[in-house]
Amino acid sequence: MTPFALPESAVAEVDRTIALYPERQAAMLPVLWTVQREAGWISPEAMVWVGERLGCSAAAVQAVVTFYTMFDERPVGRWKLQVCRTLSCELMGARAVIDRIRERLGIEPGETTEDGEFTLQEVECLASCGTAPMMQCNLKFYENLTPERIDALLDELRGSTPRPFDVEPVIYERPDLDGYRAMFPRTLERARTGGAEAEAK
Amino acid sequence: MSAPQILMQRGLDRPGESHRLEAYEAVGGYRAIRKALSMSSEAIVEEVKKSGLRGRGGAGFPTGTKWSFIPRGSESPTYLICNSDESEPGTFKDRWLLENDPHAVLEGMMIAAVAIDCHLMFNYFRGEFSYPLARWRAAVDEAYAKGYLGKGIFGSDHDLEVVTHYGAGAYIAGEETGMIESLEGKKAQPRNKPPFPAVEGLFRSPTVINNTETLATVPWIVEHGADAYAQYGTEKSRGTKLWSCSGPIARPGVYELEMGYDLMQFLEDDLGGMLDGVGLKGIIPGGSSVPVLTPDECRGAKLDYEGLRERGSLVGSGGFIVIGDNVSAVDCLLNLAHFYAHESCGQCTPCREGCGWIEQLVDKILLGRGTEADLAMILRISDLMAGKTICALADAMAWPAVAFIKKYPDDFAALCAGPVDMDALAAEVGKRDHILPRAS
Repeated sequence: MTPFALPESAVAEVDRTIALYPERQAAMLPVLWTVQREAGWISPEAMVWVGERLGCSAAAVQAVVTFYTMFDERPVGRWKLQVCRTLSCELMGARAVIDRIRERLGIEPGETTEDGEFTLQEVECLASCGTAPMMQCNLKFYENLTPERIDALLDELRGSTPRPFDVEPVIYERPDLDGYRAMFPRTLERARTGGAEAEAK
Repeated sequence: MSAPQILMQRGLDRPGESHRLEAYEAVGGYRAIRKALSMSSEAIVEEVKKSGLRGRGGAGFPTGTKWSFIPRGSESPTYLICNSDESEPGTFKDRWLLENDPHAVLEGMMIAAVAIDCHLMFNYFRGEFSYPLARWRAAVDEAYAKGYLGKGIFGSDHDLEVVTHYGAGAYIAGEETGMIESLEGKKAQPRNKPPFPAVEGLFRSPTVINNTETLATVPWIVEHGADAYAQYGTEKSRGTKLWSCSGPIARPGVYELEMGYDLMQFLEDDLGGMLDGVGLKGIIPGGSSVPVLTPDECRGAKLDYEGLRERGSLVGSGGFIVIGDNVSAVDCLLNLAHFYAHESCGQCTPCREGCGWIEQLVDKILLGRGTEADLAMILRISDLMAGKTICALADAMAWPAVAFIKKYPDDFAALCAGPVDMDALAAEVGKRDHILPRAS
């Protein structure tokens, strides 16, 4: 196991963070965030390193890393697309957004494209329900999404470089929702056919 | 986003600047903390108690009473945590406040800190709130530069530091003892109570945890007095509340309403009604954890603690989710069951297993393979979850499960393979009525 190392500036940031808290272990989440930002993900070696810094076992660090969904235990794509799937977003068409990303990138939720550009994840409510459907791309929110906007956005992202501190949300105009009623044919339709369609699968 | 301005959201006449200290002070910001510093801590607690302000995060516990539980002259330090881990599905008011009015939150935290003799306070953001966090950090920097934070704030002898903390994706970190565990650098698994945080909280010290909106309301109360605040709202539900509105409605967004506002008037007039061609199927008024209301139950309902309880639901976090008649209740329940199964922290068996079982059973029904026995099993599991775990997450799964089946039995029956005896189903639901919130 190669020992884990961070750039000096990041180590200084970690030490400053630890100094803010009455107890060292309390700095766990912010320190892990610094590690993930610098290394791209949190490796077992990084967990050992964090444990030493915080005066706790590597197992205690691993427990935290695996508990919180935003920490990556394996490398992810340059762009991490986290689409909200919870109720308000689903009601406004999140499924169509996720499906468009799946089709365009040829990956399922949880997977990364072979070229390492994109990771797709379905996530729970991101507190952006009034501008649903939405997704978080790295640390930035994109709100009022439509499949067409996904097309344009994926093209734009492919040609650009992530900026770690770019967090200002992109809030598109609310789309024309005239077709809203037709967006949810699946369950009601199936209810009318008595589940026959599902059975046929 | 249109937001009727009543007590909160000051400085909104300066769009794009309302988050700046200068804009906040131009409309009277930071007067309340100066006033609070001239009062005794007991007097501040008394004023907030008298105002009738209740926690806006979901539980609705009286804020002043919570503060009064902090022991006086404790040897260990006292801590304050602002709960900005807004994660309840359908809720986005705290994000709105932190982005547009961070100084109101900060001033509320300062006043609470003075009231409970706290010198180190924390604001815990959910990990996804990068933009609100950036706005907040800028606000904190402005306050330090002015001497509003640090040694002897506002020239008083009260030292006050703030640490901005952020999570990494865990709904349960919003539960107050889960938040303490998380802030101590552990998994956010809620603690058994007692001891309550006021006695033994963060770092084993007395701790107050308040919701962001609750704290943002405090400056107004201290500046204008409890009596002025009590002019708003109803006898038992005082003041105003922020509602985060989503779904197929004409004007979604964050709204501030006086307690007691008529629900249907809100939907029709303020929210602009349903989108064209969509009928109303139901409304979840207080975030996904509270029972759904049918259109019949919505009519005449008042948006306050008593009014919603009378209809069998709750104010919760004010996450107002409108559901159109183009979706099935089965879809809605599956979506929420997936959420709770994913977010259960795993320490209590009824919740860890129960949420997953409910999700699997609803999924089975949605695939057309469910039966009447599966519906009965969901009800039975709900029964074994509600009130039987360390925190309320199990209840938050059981309530929607029972409420959706009770209120939309036809949706479930239509998808079941084989016949469903609707009378028997109704009887099974009836046996679980005690699980749902009731008028007190």
